Amino acid sequence: MNDTNPIAVQLTIDGEPIQAAPGGTVLDACRAAGIHVPTLCHDPRLEPYGACRLCVVEVEGMRGYPAACTTRVADGMVITTENEVLRGLRRTVVELLLSDHKLDCLTCDNAGACALQDVAYELGVSESPFEGERHRAAALDENPLIDRDYDKCISCGRCVRICEEVQGCSVYSSTFRGFDMLPDTPFSASLLDAGCEFCGQCVSTCPVGALSNRGQRFTGRVWELQSTETTCGYCGVGCTVTFAHKDGVITGASAPLDRGVNRGNLCAKGRYGHGFVAHPDRLTTPLLRRDGKLEPASWDEAIAAVAEGIRGVVEEKGPDAIVGLASAKCTNEENYAFQKMIRAGVGTNNVDHCARL
Amino acid sequence: MTVAGNMTDGAMVTIRICTGSGCAMNGSLVVADRMEKAIDDAGVSASMRVVRTGCHGLCQQGPIVVVDPSGTFYPCVNEQKAARIADSLIAGDGAISEYLFREDSDSEPILAYKDIPFNRIQQRIVLRNCGVIDPESIDDAVERGAYTSLRKALETMDPEGIIEEIDASGLRGRGGAGFSTGMKWRFTRNAPGDVKYIICNADEGDPGAFMDRSIVEGDPHTVLEGMAIAALATGAQEGYVYVRAEYPLAVKRVRLAIEQARECGFLGDRVMGSDFSFAVHVREGAGAFVCGEETALMASIEGRRGMPRPRPPFPAVSGLYAKPTCINNAETLANVAWIIGNGAEAYASIGTGTSKGTKVFALTGMVRYTGLVEVPMGITVRELVFGTGGGCATSRECKAVQIGGPSGGCLPVELFDTPIEYEALARVGAIVGSGGVVVVDESTCMVDFARYFLSFTQAESCGKCVPCRVGTKRMLEIVTRITKGEGRVGDIELLERLAQDVGRTSLCGLGQTAPNPVLTTLRYFREEYEEHINERRCRAGACNELSTFVIDNELCKGCGACKKHCPALAITGEIKGMHEIDPDRCIKCGVCVGHCAFDAISRV
Repeated sequence: MNDTNPIAVQLTIDGEPIQAAPGGTVLDACRAAGIHVPTLCHDPRLEPYGACRLCVVEVEGMRGYPAACTTRVADGMVITTENEVLRGLRRTVVELLLSDHKLDCLTCDNAGACALQDVAYELGVSESPFEGERHRAAALDENPLIDRDYDKCISCGRCVRICEEVQGCSVYSSTFRGFDMLPDTPFSASLLDAGCEFCGQCVSTCPVGALSNRGQRFTGRVWELQSTETTCGYCGVGCTVTFAHKDGVITGASAPLDRGVNRGNLCAKGRYGHGFVAHPDRLTTPLLRRDGKLEPASWDEAIAAVAEGIRGVVEEKGPDAIVGLASAKCTNEENYAFQKMIRAGVGTNNVDHCARL
Repeated sequence: MTVAGNMTDGAMVTIRICTGSGCAMNGSLVVADRMEKAIDDAGVSASMRVVRTGCHGLCQQGPIVVVDPSGTFYPCVNEQKAARIADSLIAGDGAISEYLFREDSDSEPILAYKDIPFNRIQQRIVLRNCGVIDPESIDDAVERGAYTSLRKALETMDPEGIIEEIDASGLRGRGGAGFSTGMKWRFTRNAPGDVKYIICNADEGDPGAFMDRSIVEGDPHTVLEGMAIAALATGAQEGYVYVRAEYPLAVKRVRLAIEQARECGFLGDRVMGSDFSFAVHVREGAGAFVCGEETALMASIEGRRGMPRPRPPFPAVSGLYAKPTCINNAETLANVAWIIGNGAEAYASIGTGTSKGTKVFALTGMVRYTGLVEVPMGITVRELVFGTGGGCATSRECKAVQIGGPSGGCLPVELFDTPIEYEALARVGAIVGSGGVVVVDESTCMVDFARYFLSFTQAESCGKCVPCRVGTKRMLEIVTRITKGEGRVGDIELLERLAQDVGRTSLCGLGQTAPNPVLTTLRYFREEYEEHINERRCRAGACNELSTFVIDNELCKGCGACKKHCPALAITGEIKGMHEIDPDRCIKCGVCVGHCAFDAISRV
């Protein structure tokens, strides 16, 4: 129990006494307490923004309907997260969003993982009473990785913000005003021309199907995919990565928001560099050169061959004739073991690492 | 014929010619040149001078010339009139009667500017120097007492005392929200931090509003003095004037005023030899209405896209560059020097309960006298429209007034006895707002009127939050289809629900108040919405799709003028014969009405 925690603030949320960390938002406090408040523009990786207005709540003593995601907790706050009025306001927001959204759920790759679908389901909004102009244009951008479909964009600004706040790249910006406001590159340039490094962070934060991974198109419905959490093999950072796969074939990579050193973030290699896994050129067994020809061998055979080679050189030329170079793709622990092997096993200090070069 | 009035008994004759944006566009600069030349040619510059002033107020009658010390008022002066007025002044003659202001063509002329009906209930505090001084001359301003309040504050008051004085005056923000200025200053003063800012918000973007523009154009020094006093009170060292780039004259004059004030030691390092230093910069807004919202304005100064952020934190705690910032409207700041100079009590004696002092309004629309007015708080809408504004400019009945610009509300004639006070206007669904007042008569369709304001707020929404970005768009689409006669049963209810939800869920003041024109017209003119939907009828005849033009054969003389001018070739008929308008060809431009000398064409 945290009853004696002197720095926690005391809140009342939906009639229940709740303790929350000071400085956090009402949304943080609700989520920590397991109270569901719907959101669309919120991503824990980003600064509070308050654009979608779905998380409106009532706070005693505060005017109107503050957004939970941008309201800081204060001691003694009395918060209501759910009642008929709030439900009505949230329904209107969803109805408005659906009135300018291509309802392509039948073929959208994000169906099943779509936050807009979820809130529409939660609030029981099956159709919008509003009709009128819609945005109808997919960006013409012939890169192989990221697809931008503005028919589905809800202008939550998450792609703009993650590119600026997390990546420091600012490839996107909010363009135009009023109904015409959409995230776009400068002068609608291609992502490549706009300086994009294709980390795919924008795709990872997009709550709908407006940004999607081209390589993943029609590779499987969300509910058909299996996921396997592992550590990314590309570098020594050791990001936690979750591979989605179907029938033994990897279809995409993502990262969990709540754990790992990367907390939901991935780089271009981690997110998109998994094509080698199923590539026909990929080596799946060690090869040993016998009579000038590479032939498949077992790991025991291969390691024995390497050991024999090293031993031969050491005996003939001494241990300093050997140099060990390690890869940045190895973890710290692997690198430690490697230098130990070179120093203690081979007997030379000639050991280095590519990251130092 | 001349009447007494210009006899000066040897005193300096001062010819004050308005060179505000309105009069300048009407040719006042030529008038000023002409008069200066006449004075030069006559060699009487020792006893007669031209002052190129800011706005006098009665913009509709511009270019305006007021001759002091008699206060003789000449409206609508052109180059030719200017020459004759100059000659009569040089000759020492009386005022030229036929050039004087008359209420109607057959009424007696009124000599002095202060005596015209437009000025009768006005009380000029904010505009005390507008139309009097040359805003490009700091000497003129100083002669009228500029910077004496700053000196008084520096030499005899401490910051707490200044704030108490402003607090006691009851001054509230004139930008729209009406927050207590004294309280805002105190919050900024009490906020921890060494670096603090003062911002003057002159990013006036409401259609039909020109209060801040006229103040900055006509008396920039009083705004700067107000900023300096605010800085002294709150502990700020730097200030920004955020003024829209569409106001080039205001930008030019405030820049010049800053330069002059710095040279005179009223701004800059060690103001008037004290320990207080205050630097002022000018930032030009790029024409976004939303940048009048304080958090968007600060984002814009910082070089970011003008988008509001939620408050708290309020600017007083974390504002420009995350430092405590006091942001006041230009008109609010223009009150400050007067209050410090004349005392809080004098200010608080004007106005009513919780609405003290005066308010500047931009009076426009179908009103006889359009222009800039400053009236004591608490007068009624009726006094403003009929007293100051002279009532409806047309032969039709006055129908309603939109107070507070696109964020304000639309009040019907029946509510014209509502006093102009923050709370009283809020109760009937309007706001004091920044002070735009648009008067309309029976030829205005209230649905179409609401549509106009909505089209403005939708286009000016920053697009950040859903209710404002999509909600005002859907509202606009519903209202538009009603005006086109395509309204459906249920549209009014849908519109009303949406308007309320947009107001309740929008992030900033723009979206929260954008539904006001719709909500107030639904409240007071609901029957017009219903007629559009149920009867496909627009009683004002303003909605094109719901009206046609017809020729009354009783009145038509068969002159053919309408046929000749019809751009759509929709009128048929022979000279001296019956004429007819083909409704299928008619584009409802109304050109025929303007060309009919017999009032035979009407809109039904």
